[in-house]
Amino acid sequence: MPDETVITDEMRSHLDVQSDPITYDVEKGAVIKFAQAIGDSNPLFQDEEAARSGPYGGIVAPPTFLRSLIAGEATTEFPRPFPNNLDGGSEYEFFEPVRVGDRITVTKAIVDLSERQGRLGTMLFTTAETRYVNQLGQLAATQRTTGISYATPAEEA
Amino acid sequence: MAQLYYEDVSVGDDVTPLPKNATSQQLVKYAGASGDYYQIHYDDGFARNNGLPGIIIHGALKNAFLGQLVTDWMGAQGQLKKLSVSYRSMDVPNEDLVCKGTVTEKRVEDGVGIVECEIALHNGAGKATTPGKAIVGLPMRGG
Repeated sequence: MPDETVITDEMRSHLDVQSDPITYDVEKGAVIKFAQAIGDSNPLFQDEEAARSGPYGGIVAPPTFLRSLIAGEATTEFPRPFPNNLDGGSEYEFFEPVRVGDRITVTKAIVDLSERQGRLGTMLFTTAETRYVNQLGQLAATQRTTGISYATPAEEA
Repeated sequence: MAQLYYEDVSVGDDVTPLPKNATSQQLVKYAGASGDYYQIHYDDGFARNNGLPGIIIHGALKNAFLGQLVTDWMGAQGQLKKLSVSYRSMDVPNEDLVCKGTVTEKRVEDGVGIVECEIALHNGAGKATTPGKAIVGLPMRGG
């Protein structure tokens, strides 16, 4: 552990504070456009007739479609100690299918902060959890994302 | 698309590989479909000014490719339960990528066949730039 931490009490005060909820309609055109954009020709994600006789009785969203249902900004801005940011990774858990016609309410909160010394100097790891709840109040999925921020620009490391 | 059953899967089996090659046009389509308009994915000058070699593929698009790897393999009756990825290295457009996976574990939970896989997106040089894991539920024969 370094003696000096970049994680301040102000940052810690953001832990588990939920963003203002945003509700999205899952529109057929948006789902089909997303499937086409990722190059996925699975009929469950775009062919209404084929999907109707499938396990969900209609078109469902590809798993990572949820990424397009962007959470609202936090009520107060999280203080950024470093100018550079990288997307470290993502972990989805799926509990219910996301169907065309669903209304999904999205909230997001920072759930963990940690720091590490590495190739890019001190790196701050910010883990956030996004929750996707459908119109029946069921938790359809969660996504945990890890952002990495650092001081040294990548080309100098 | 053939349905995969729990009984058909053994630890050590390969997940059917999925080749991909993301053009700059695909990155623009993905930006529009996902709402991620960060310019490092379509503006070469912007990307270079940010210390990058040029435009790079959205991490979330690579995540989508790995999602398709698994949903194609498991078939319509399969259920994706978990999908995790780590972005270890950047990937660039117009390169022959391939998503691959291996079955690492299988067990039955409450009458559902649970199968765990290690998955990764490999770049043109064969390096696993984006490793991850997937957990799926598969139907049982006669179940």
